[in-house]
This record gives sequence, structure tokens and C-alpha cells, in this order.
Amino acid sequence: MSYINKPKVAHPSLPTNELGLTRRQYEGSMSTLCAGCGHDSVTAAIVEACWGLSLRPEQLVKLSGIGCSSKTTAYFVSGSHGFNSVHGRMPSIASGANAANRSLTYVGVSGDGDSLSIGVGQLTHAIRRNVNMLYLIENNGVYGLTKGQFSASADIGSKAKRGEINSSPPIDPVLLALTLGATFVARSFSGDKAQLVPLIQAGMRHNGFALIDVLSPCVTFNDHEGSTKSYTFTREHYQPVVETDFVPHAAEIAVEYGAGESIPVSLHDGSRVVLRKLDPTYDPSDRTAAYSYIERKLKQNEYVTGLIHIDETDSTEFHNLNQTSKTPLNRIPFEKLTPGAAALEKLMGRYR
Amino acid sequence: MPSLMSDASAVPTNRVNDFVIKFANVNGTGSASANSLIMKAIFRMGVPVTGKNYFPSNIQGLPTWYEIRVTRNAYAARASHVDIMVAMNAETYSKDVRELKSGGYLIYDSTWPRSSILQRGDITVIPVPLAKLVNENFEGVRNRILLKNIAYAGVLAALLDVDLQVISGLLSESYGKKPKLLDSNTKALSLGYDYVKEHMDSPLPLRVEHMDGTRGHIMIDGNTAAGLGCVFAGATVGAWYPITPSTSLMDAFKGFCERYRVDAATGEHNFAVLQAEDELAAVGMVIGASWNGARAFTPTSGPGISLMNEFVGLAYYSEVPCVIFDVQRVGPSTGMPTRTQQGDILICAYASHGDTRHVLLFPANPEECFYMAAQAFDLAERLQTPVFVLSDLDIGMNDWMCPDLKWDDAYKPDRGKVLSKEELDGLDKFYRYLDRDDDAIPYRTLPGVNPKGAYFTRGSGHNQYGGYTEDSAEYQVVLDRLKRKFSTAAKIVPKPVVVGKGNCSFGIVSVGSCDGAIREALDVLKQQKIEVDYLRVKAFPFGSEVEAFLKSHASIFVVEQNRDAQLKSLITLETAVEKSKLFSILSYSGLPISAQPIVDEIRAKLAETPRLTAVKS
Repeated sequence: MSYINKPKVAHPSLPTNELGLTRRQYEGSMSTLCAGCGHDSVTAAIVEACWGLSLRPEQLVKLSGIGCSSKTTAYFVSGSHGFNSVHGRMPSIASGANAANRSLTYVGVSGDGDSLSIGVGQLTHAIRRNVNMLYLIENNGVYGLTKGQFSASADIGSKAKRGEINSSPPIDPVLLALTLGATFVARSFSGDKAQLVPLIQAGMRHNGFALIDVLSPCVTFNDHEGSTKSYTFTREHYQPVVETDFVPHAAEIAVEYGAGESIPVSLHDGSRVVLRKLDPTYDPSDRTAAYSYIERKLKQNEYVTGLIHIDETDSTEFHNLNQTSKTPLNRIPFEKLTPGAAALEKLMGRYR
Repeated sequence: MPSLMSDASAVPTNRVNDFVIKFANVNGTGSASANSLIMKAIFRMGVPVTGKNYFPSNIQGLPTWYEIRVTRNAYAARASHVDIMVAMNAETYSKDVRELKSGGYLIYDSTWPRSSILQRGDITVIPVPLAKLVNENFEGVRNRILLKNIAYAGVLAALLDVDLQVISGLLSESYGKKPKLLDSNTKALSLGYDYVKEHMDSPLPLRVEHMDGTRGHIMIDGNTAAGLGCVFAGATVGAWYPITPSTSLMDAFKGFCERYRVDAATGEHNFAVLQAEDELAAVGMVIGASWNGARAFTPTSGPGISLMNEFVGLAYYSEVPCVIFDVQRVGPSTGMPTRTQQGDILICAYASHGDTRHVLLFPANPEECFYMAAQAFDLAERLQTPVFVLSDLDIGMNDWMCPDLKWDDAYKPDRGKVLSKEELDGLDKFYRYLDRDDDAIPYRTLPGVNPKGAYFTRGSGHNQYGGYTEDSAEYQVVLDRLKRKFSTAAKIVPKPVVVGKGNCSFGIVSVGSCDGAIREALDVLKQQKIEVDYLRVKAFPFGSEVEAFLKSHASIFVVEQNRDAQLKSLITLETAVEKSKLFSILSYSGLPISAQPIVDEIRAKLAETPRLTAVKS
């Protein structure tokens, strides 16, 4: 495996965003994943989302752990810093980085092994800490780099490539996040770019921890008959419950939705998400109801997708609770941080 | 009036300002405030003191001891004897009585008869009916328990001739705003004081007198000093998981930040403290924050270091600064969490799998904890690597007498080689791991500054341009440069402290909190006409000064507080010294090292090889 840079040559007629950048300028190096890997579609969705947001590349921070999914941070936005850390520990890197500079956009890309087995502790605590970041789980139910072992998200009865049947219950990241009080919880499918792109954009703009579980089939180790994370199975059991449009800051809502059908939610930076319920009984603002709904549907083998829960009150975001200065901590001049000789001399009195 | 000196013939008369008091208490009964009241009063009389707390890993109920060494020579170490035992814990009475030096004094609560265990004829027993005095004068169970401690402080004040005005001053400072508490404490103090004055001769031959030995000094513990050092050094992110004995370091940092780092106008915090879910996450946060350009640190102890190993390797290989305070405690495993040791030297020096070596700093006392905090950040950012500050429980949690801490307003933090937006604009292309200055230290960039500075940080194989690689030659270029970077580190870490003539045959090499005991041992040996040179390493990698000292001494005692001679091992591995020249003096009981065993072992070795006693011509 090698490190391949994509040529940055772009056709002059390619559309540009507000910064005058083309989609090509949001790409990264060449993917080294298997042809047809669901993860590459997620990468493409992230590129599209960042381009659409007119995000300055250097304002993005890409973080990951270890695994196929974690490699993908090298495949998008080469003009931003990336940190491919250690297995299952990306949330702590993200927490520290975010503490140091609250002004950047943090996107973590992880997998089901990285997030739900070795890293489940760090994931849960990053949710609890309500770190302002988008956390994508590229979920395929299988360990790819070590060639096909079940992960903790594998469903009971799912069949491995070598014929083994999984008998342990799965950890569902959406139910987990809802339980832990996450303020933005979504599920999508790597094959549904139209749904995924606005979710990624809304997740990046949400003030707090945004989790998107993306079903992303592994073409090499988990795309056979009997697998519950294959393309075929996912397409057949995929049930969008809420359609989400992302409306950037200052843009007009082009389409008028009928009352009762659409729920516009204002995000922290002035942008909005407009939710359209496909099942009128579903209420994405009610965490408990959302939990029951998802759980019920899972039992029926249905993957409910869309923006499952959103709570845009920002009271528990880490920096809000910490009352961190608006100026990022890493930009406060040293003179403001050190109390100085006179203060120390005064303090000494306390220790005599 | 009975004379207390009747059966104390062994007591030397010149013990003014030179003796040891030990308090045997029950954990959770509030004895700490009474013990530190006595210690601080003596300190304010100008008499040097040290305090050692031998406490259990427990909230309430288990035995706990506090030892005050009154030391006119200002020795920092624990003494290995007890002159006065304040035996307030029935459970440990017999042990406490046995520990008392011949000719010593036993103070006990005579409310209940204890005749069966008071069998020693070579000590003076001072019975005081403390519980009775307190119960007759105060209401409430908790109140009586707390005030009994203050009552024995009053007993000691009378017996040792501690200045009552100084004690009153301390009580007023503590309870000035709570007049009820001030009254009850003052009354309890008088109960003990007056009882002694009425019933026995005082003061004892062991007593304190005003002197001028503490001017310009403070009493402080190492964790407080280190936390304060982090605030002064400009640390903005602290991440941690609570663990004894490092917890008070973060408590101190947070406390000082609340005092110095809250914007008066807006209430905004110019700091962030993250209580992590475990030590893995704590060090991960430090790495993330440091990578993003903040000065970040984590305090921990041995078990935390074990957990942090994986991340430390990442920081080493991807070259991210981070500062880790290891307040060492007794291992292995959970060990004895409230006892001291220097058992993490090797694990820190080589933490994580693969070829790694790390910069270590070794403070010897709270004063050095303060200054080394700033040095640790400067070195971590200059060298882009983890830096461990290896304190220990003795330094971190005990009260030491130190010179006043001072800050130089001219200090500018060394943020290392971080390229600005403008510098990046001027570059043709930025490569993360190139050795442009021939010092093996590459340039780094921060997120959010300039897209030209973007690079991919990874713990997987990478080449000097920052790209992923599995190419052997490319991998080795980076690994070899990291080795050279460690040589750069050896030139800029703090130099060792050398004491002595420099031309003795014998040398001592030691580290950290052994310092007080060694300096005292050197004094004792000198009185016996034995001269030994002494070098204290302040950092790893060892510089040329350490090599020179090892080379120029025929025999070297390596004094340290662990079983396996970890410093000696590190010296053997990392210097050219001949192994047979090195002799270990080890202390690993969990109690801080004292001077006597050092004196004894050196004398024994000298007796074995008398020709080595002479100073070289």
C-alpha cells in the first residue's frame, strides 16, 4: 500500500462555492480501500458537505482512530490538519484539541470496531462531555483489516463470510447515543448521498456532539447472503423516517412546507435544518419516544434513518459549561495567562 | 508536682530545636489541622521543620501518623527515630510505644487506663486526660473529637515551649471569620496547655526556642507548587483522572486558575480542566490539546502511567509535545497508594512499545516542582516530545520548607518551532518531519492557521515529508532522526547538581527526594572525616556532566528508593560507566528515605575497602 496524491487539475467549468473553490479542492489523497467500499461514498459525501458549506479547509480538523474507516480522513480535504490517532481513542484527542481551540470544525471518522468495542468508553464519555464535533461511525459490522471478524455491531444471526453465525447481541450506536443524552443523533446509509450530505452539514453546524451512524457495507468481508450489513440487506430494510434539508446561514428557505409537516430547527450559527417527517407519528424532539421507536423498528429488522433526534439548546456543550473564553485558549497571549512576579510574591504569604 | 525528668536520664540536654514528634491518630478525626497547627507555629518561630504524613488509603477509621521533625540544621529528610510520641490511637498503642527512642516521651490520653501496655522503663510517660477535659467542656460527639486534637496541641505547646501568641495568631487566621470556632479552638488549646502547667514541670529538655532559620522560606507541598508552576508557565488545558497521590496537583491548578484565570469583566475562563474517564483519555486529551497549540498537562501516578503507555508512544513517534507529572507511589500494581517510592523511572524512560526514549525531569523538592513545571513545557514544545516530571508522594503531598518561590517577569515561554501563517506563506511547500536545522527537530504547524501547513499526523509509518510509508529506508530516516533528537535533548535538559570537592574517590549519584537524606548523610560522614562527592541527576537523558562524574570516581553509590535499582540500571544502559563501579543503596519500604542507612552502608563499604577512603592526589 502506498501514499498516492490525487492530481489537483480541475476542469475550468467546474462549479465553485462562495470561497471560489471547486469540489476537487476538498478532496484528499487517493483512497486505498477496496473498490466499492461504502466508506468511499461517505468520503464523497463529506467532500460535498464541506464544499457546500464553503468551509475554509484550514478550519476543519479531521480526527480518527484505527481501522478502514479511520484511514478515510486522509481521503478528504487535504488542506486541513488530520490526526490518525490510536485504536478507539480518537474521542480523547478530539476533546483535548477542541478544548484548546473552540473555533474550528471537528470531524471524527470512526468505525464500529473503533467506536463500539475498543473505543466504546471514550465514545460514551465524549458524548457525555458534549464535545462540539461531528462523529461519524462507518458501520459495517465487521473487522476489515484483520480480515472478517464480527464487530460489536453485528446482529444476532448475521453470517460471517466463513459461515460463522453471530450470537452476541449488537451494540447499536444510535440507541447508545440516545441513552447517553446526545443532542444530535442520526443514522444514514453510505448509498444514500442525498440523505447523508445535509445530515453531515447539520452535524458540523450543531453546537455539541453530533453522532451519525452510517451503515457502510464492507464489500470484501460482509456483503454476502446472510449478512445483515450487506448492500442488499440494507437497501431492503432501510426506512427513512425524517427527511432533512440543511439551509445555510442567510439562505432563504426555497420551498414552503405545509404546517405540521415540517419542523425548522435553528442551529447555533444561524443556519437551519428543516425536518420533514415521513412517519407522522414520529417526533424527533422527544428522546424517549425516539428511543422506543428505533428499538421497536430494530426488532422488526428495520433500520430507521434520518435525523433521529435533535436538541439544539446548547446548555451542556463543553465550553458552555466550562465558561471557556470566546478567544480560543491556544490564542490567548502568554501575558494574560501568567499571574506574574508580584502576584506570586503576594501569594507566598499564604504559605508562611 | 511530679518531675518529668526523673526517669529520663538518657535525654541529652542540647536538644533545643532538634527533635522529632510523631502523632499517632485515627484517620478522619481531624487530627491534621492540630498537627499542622503545631508545625506551622514552630516554623513561624523561625525554627526549620519538615512534616511527613503517613496516612492510609482510607476515608475514616484506619491508623494514620504525622511526623514533625524540628531541625535547626534544616534537614529535609525524615529522621529515623521518634523523640515524642503523641499516642492518640488505642489500636496502635503498643506499636507506637515500641517505636519511641530510649529516653523519649509518650503523651497519651489517660482518661482510660492503659497500664498493661505502658511497660517501658526507659521513657517518660506523660498522661493527660484529654477526653475527660474535652467532654467536660464541649458538647457534641464530632465537636469533642475535633477539639481533643487541639487540646493535645495545647499540651505540646506547654511541653515544648511553643509561643502561644504565634499559635493564637494561626488560629485567628483560620477561624477569624467564624468567632464561635475561634472561641472553641482557643478554649481547647488552653485546656491542654493549662493542664500541663498545673500538673507537671515544663518545658521539656526537648523544646523550641525562637531562631532565625525560616526567613524567606515557605511551607508548601510539591503538588501545590507544581500546579502553581503550570499556571505561571501558561498551561491552559489540564486533563486528569483522579489518583492518589497526584490528585492535589490538579486541585491546586484549578484553584489557582479560579484565582488568576477568570476574566473579571466577563467571567470567562482562560483555562479548561477536563476530568477524563481514565488515564488513557487524560493523556489523549493532553496530546490533542498540545497538538492544537495549547500548553497541556496531566498529573498521574504509576497505575496511570501504565495505562498511558500506548498514547505516549504515539506522542513520541508523531512528535507531539505533552507534559506528564508522575507523582510516584508504591508499586507494583495498586501497591500502597499512600506510600512513597521512585519505582517508575524505567517505565517512564522507555514508555510504550517499540524504540522509544523519553525526557524525564526529577524534582527533589516542592521548589523544583514549581520551576520544573515551566521547564517541562519549554522542553516538550522545543523537542516536540513527551516530558515526564517524576515527583513522588513524599515531595508531592508532604509539607516541605522551601525558599520563597520567585517568578521572573522576563520569562518567555519557548513554544518551539511552530510556523506562523506568514512563514508558511513564504514557504514553497511544508514538510512536517524534515530536519531543516540539523538539530533533528522538525517544524510543526497548528490547525486553523494556513492550509499550506496542513499535514496528517499519524502513529503509523511515515516518511520525513509526513506521508504514510511502509518503505524501510524512509521509515529509518525518521527513526534515526528521533534518536538524534534525543542527543539534542541531552544538551538542553537541566544539568545535574554536584556537591563536594570533585576529587574524592567515592561518589554518590542519586535522584529526586533522596536529596535531603543524602545531604544530611554527607554532614554526618564529614564529622567522621569521610568525604564523598555527590551528584544529583535532574534530568534524563544524562548529559556530559553525568558521564564525567561517573568517569572520575573510582566507586559510586547509587542511592534511590526502589527495589530494583532502576536509576543504576538506567545509568548502566545509557552511559559508558563500568557496571562494577556502581553500588546500590536502596530504600523501598514506602517510607521516605532517611540519612542513617546511607551513612551505615557507606561506612560498611569503606570498612571493606579502606584504601578507597583517601582523597585522590
